Parts: sequence; structure tokens; C-alpha cells
Amino acid sequence: MATTTVPPPPSPSSAPPPAPVSSRLRPRAGTGRRRFRSGLASVLIVLSFVLVVIPLVFVVLYIAQQGLKAISMNFLTSDIAFSSRSTEGGIGPAIVGTIVITLGATLMAVPLGVLGGIFLNEYGGKSRFAALVRFLSEILTGVPSIVMGLFVYTLVVLNTKKFNGFAGALALACLMLPVVIRTSEEMLKLVPHELREGSLALGSRKSRTIRTVVLPHAAPGIVSGALLAVARAAGETAPLLFTIGAATSANWHLFNGANTALSLQIFGNANSPFVPAQQRAFGAALTLIVIVFIATAIARIVTVIYTRRTSGAGG
Amino acid sequence: MTQVLEPVNPEAPAPVPLVGGPRPPGAMADRAFRVVAFAAGVLVLAVLGLIIYATLKNSWDWFSAEGLKGILSTTWAPSQGEYGAGGLLLMTLIVGTVALVLAVPVSVGIALFVTEIAPRRMRLPIVFVIDLLAAIPSVVFGLWGLKQLATPLQGIYKSLHDTLGGVPVLGKIFGEPSASGLALMTAGIVVAIMITPIVTAITREVFATCPASQKEATLAMGATRWEMIRGAVFPHSRSGVVAAVIIGFGRAVGETIAVFLVIGSSQTLSANLLGPGDTLASAIVGGFGEATGIQKSALIGFGVVLLALTIVLGSIARAILRRANKRLGVSV
Repeated sequence: MATTTVPPPPSPSSAPPPAPVSSRLRPRAGTGRRRFRSGLASVLIVLSFVLVVIPLVFVVLYIAQQGLKAISMNFLTSDIAFSSRSTEGGIGPAIVGTIVITLGATLMAVPLGVLGGIFLNEYGGKSRFAALVRFLSEILTGVPSIVMGLFVYTLVVLNTKKFNGFAGALALACLMLPVVIRTSEEMLKLVPHELREGSLALGSRKSRTIRTVVLPHAAPGIVSGALLAVARAAGETAPLLFTIGAATSANWHLFNGANTALSLQIFGNANSPFVPAQQRAFGAALTLIVIVFIATAIARIVTVIYTRRTSGAGG
Repeated sequence: MTQVLEPVNPEAPAPVPLVGGPRPPGAMADRAFRVVAFAAGVLVLAVLGLIIYATLKNSWDWFSAEGLKGILSTTWAPSQGEYGAGGLLLMTLIVGTVALVLAVPVSVGIALFVTEIAPRRMRLPIVFVIDLLAAIPSVVFGLWGLKQLATPLQGIYKSLHDTLGGVPVLGKIFGEPSASGLALMTAGIVVAIMITPIVTAITREVFATCPASQKEATLAMGATRWEMIRGAVFPHSRSGVVAAVIIGFGRAVGETIAVFLVIGSSQTLSANLLGPGDTLASAIVGGFGEATGIQKSALIGFGVVLLALTIVLGSIARAILRRANKRLGVSV
């Protein structure tokens, strides 16, 4: 073999024969123009990641910097000021509202979503009806949140003539439901069949198998997926805009009386020409980002631990 | 898939008898659980059906009063009794297109970075960063766009207009810039940031399904990394990336709160990217509070148009993905 013209591969030459594990294969450096183009492409690819980190950093830093000026214990607990010009007041009722409404939505969407996932993976399988449900929940995932707001407005608010936290929670639940169904199905898919078969072989019925063997195994993944959905829902504005009304004092009741939320406080104050109101918008934005980021981080950590555990057990 | 095993342990409840006989214990609970799970599946159908029914019913006045010609007219001027959605629809598509032009190359780049370039150990942190971007609420992006991003854009728009304003076609697109920096382009930029995570996530999954054997084949023939990506990864993933783009577009046209805060709220149809505009979704937010009668019905009708648009886009994207999966024998 006249290999003198071919440059040696840049891989470490210590490994004598090329390993059968093929991921050792490294791209050639190439020469001249080819090398330049490949290098350029690599630089652009890395650059694209940098490009997306920039807005993330800018948003987080800017909101943190502006929001910290507003935030104090008093700000987080006080009632909302009646006047935009007032420097008094805080966002306490909005925090309460966000918690109550998101919790309400979670209580509706997560159990039903998990059941939907169980139906798709454990009962429906490849049946035509399951395929339809799967397809429609994918479609439902793409429905804009403003449409969910309009939907609940026409269905609930127009009929009851009342604004309350429940209407908002219902809109958020509709947004969360398809997400929870899809992630639950994915997580249930990962449960090894041997576990189900073992349980069935011991005489358990299918429902018992699902409740005592399949679900506990998939639980961390489902929790993580649900938590991500909750985090997204907590930050939504459009579904609440026409459904929960407005409130200036804390309302812990889901069904009774109008409510408010952090996202609505940001939205309402963002366009205000008055500095105190703008301050409130930033303070509420920082609070909301912190809540959402913590929920996302917990969800991710659960996923990482879970995948490590299962891949360790499986391998 | 392989639920063929029947309970065999004699001590355990007897297996379901084929015909007749007393009902073994637990059969009712088993059935009930099955029915409940089935009902949860039906719920998805019911929710989508109700959304379509409730919004259509409450916007019917608009459809019947204006007719197809009326609702497609480009003039939205409720004070003069003009309720056309055409102009807002076009501006919605413009914002969506701007967002795609900006977001898709970056998303493909990040997806390649994660699947082909970044060391294995770095992949998780990168995905986490993208997750955080996806977690930032729409209203926070809007607030940021309004208070921070818009200011430097004023100068950039002005110089863009000064250099390109005289060129024939481009002059229309880069027309008189809005003084506040709130414009169709600003909305496009903010939406681009917001759809990047979802487009990245789908393209990443698609790229990851490219078989190692194909990539190795190109590498074994002496390809550089870029040649490997072009020769193996792209041809394999073309339809998947198209689906990701369509799904991204669907998200972009439905984006509401952030768009409302940065677009400048002008309902007059304009192709001037540097001037103010409005989209279907942001017009709903802007007008809903004071709207009554046919105007309210029209705004709910905008919701129906958006819903139809996302259902069509979503169906196309899923059909493409399903066909690609069948061809490749993998599931994304």
C-alpha cells in the first residue's frame, strides 16, 4: 500500500488496531479548500450555540438587574397598589394567584394526563383509536395559548358570567394535558417488558401491574415531565387574560372571586409610563423567572438521576 | 406489545375464565381501571372538539355577517365597521417568516453542535441551557424586548433604512423605521428566540437518528466533518428538518404576549419590516377588553383562524415525520 501521500489520521496512535467500536473513527482534517470549508462550518456551528446563549444571558441579567431594585420582603407580600403612580404596594396577591391557579391546573391535568399516557402505552398500543388520540394530542400541543384563553372564555366565562381562578386553571390545564400525556407515554415506553411479564406471571391483574410495577418505575420521568409542563404553565399570560379578571388583594379561593397572577402583573405594568409600575413589572418578572427556573432545574435533575439509574441497571 | 402472558400461579386469583363462571376477584377493578384510562384518551378528543365548537359558535356572527370576502379583506377598522382579518393574517405570516429565517439556521447549527461536535460530556449542559431559554415566559421576553432590545434596534433600523431604503424592492421591506424600535422585525426577532428551543429539539432528535454506519462510511472514505454532515446527516434528515421548520412556524404564528408588547400595534397592513404592525394573536389581546358585538365575535374568529392554521401546519408536519419514520424504520 502506497500510503505515503495520505496523512496519518489524527487519532491517538497508541491504540494499535482500529477498534471495532466505530465511534473512534475521526473525520479527516482534509487539505486546502476542503479543510477550510470544514473548519468554517465547525466555527459557524459553534457560533450558533453562542448566538443563542446571548439573548438568554441578556434577558436574565437585565431582568435580574432591574428586578432586584424592586424586590424586598415587603414587595413580595404587600397587596397591589391601586394607582400606577404609587410607590407603595407589591405583588403578594399575584404570587398567591399564580400558586393557586397553577396548582389547580396541575391537579386537573396531571392525573388525567398520566391516565391518558397509560391508555396510549398500556391499553391502546397500536390500535387505530390510540393512533388518533396520539395524533390529536400532538395537534393539541401546538394550539396557541391565546386560543385556549378564548376557548375557556367562551365556554366558562360567557356562561357563568364570572371571572375566577378556576377558569384560568382550566385554560392552563388544557395546555398542559397533551404535554403530560406525551411525556407519560414516552416514560412508560421505557419500562422494560420483563417487569410487566414478571408481575403478570405472579398472577397480578393488568391494572395491579400498572399501579404497583409499571407506574412506580416510570414515576421519576413522569414527575420530571409534569414539572416542566407546570413550569411552562406558571409563566403563561394569554390563557389568564380573559379568564381570571383582576384583583388587588390576595385570593386563595379557586372558585370564588376574581384573581391575578405574576404574568398578568408583568403584562399590565410593562406598558405603563410610570416608573413605580415599571418597577413592579420587573420585580414580578424576576420572581416569575426564579420560580420557573427552579422548577425546570428540579425537573432536569430528576431526569438526569433517573436516566443514570435506569441506564445503569439496564446496562 | 407482547402481552401474551396469562397469570399462571395457582395460588393467585384464577385467570379470567373464557366463558361464564363466577367472576374472579379484582375483575371489576381491572375493568374499571381500563375504562378510566380509555376515558382519559377520549378526553383529548373531547377537548379538541369543544375548542373547535365553542370558538366557532361564538365567532359565527362574524363569519355570517362579513362573508368570506369580508373576513379576508385587509382592512381592520372596527370604528368604521370594517372587520377584515386578511391584513393581520399576512402580517402574522410575515412575522413568522422573519422568525424562521433567523431561528432555523441557528437551530440547525445548535443541533449539529450537540449531535456531532460537542464532547459527550457537554451535551447535557447544552441541552439544559436551551431548556432554560424555553422556560422563560412569553411575557418576560416581551418586557425585555420592549425595555432593552428595542432601544439599540432604533439605530440599527435607521441605518438599515438609510442603506437599503433606496433599492427598488428592498426599499419597501426596509421602509421608514418606527422611532420606538417597536416593529414587525422586532417581533420577528423575539419570536425567533422563542421558537429556537423547539426547532432545535426536533432537529436534534432527527439528526440523532442518522445511523452511525452511514456517517462512518463517509468518514472512512476520507471525508472531513462538514462533508460527513452534508453527505450523511443532511440527506438522512431532510424531511425531519422540514417538519421541525413547520412546527416552529406553527409556534411562531401563535405567539401572543411577547409579540403584542414589541410589535407596535398598528392594524394597517404593511410589508415594512421596520415599521409597526400587528398579528392575529396580538390583535386579540389588544382589542378584546373593549370589544363588543361583532368586533368581539371577530376577535374570537381570529382565534379560529389561528386554530385552523396550527391544525393544518401540525398535521402536515406529523405526516412528514411519520412518513420519514416509516422509511427509516425508526421512531422519533
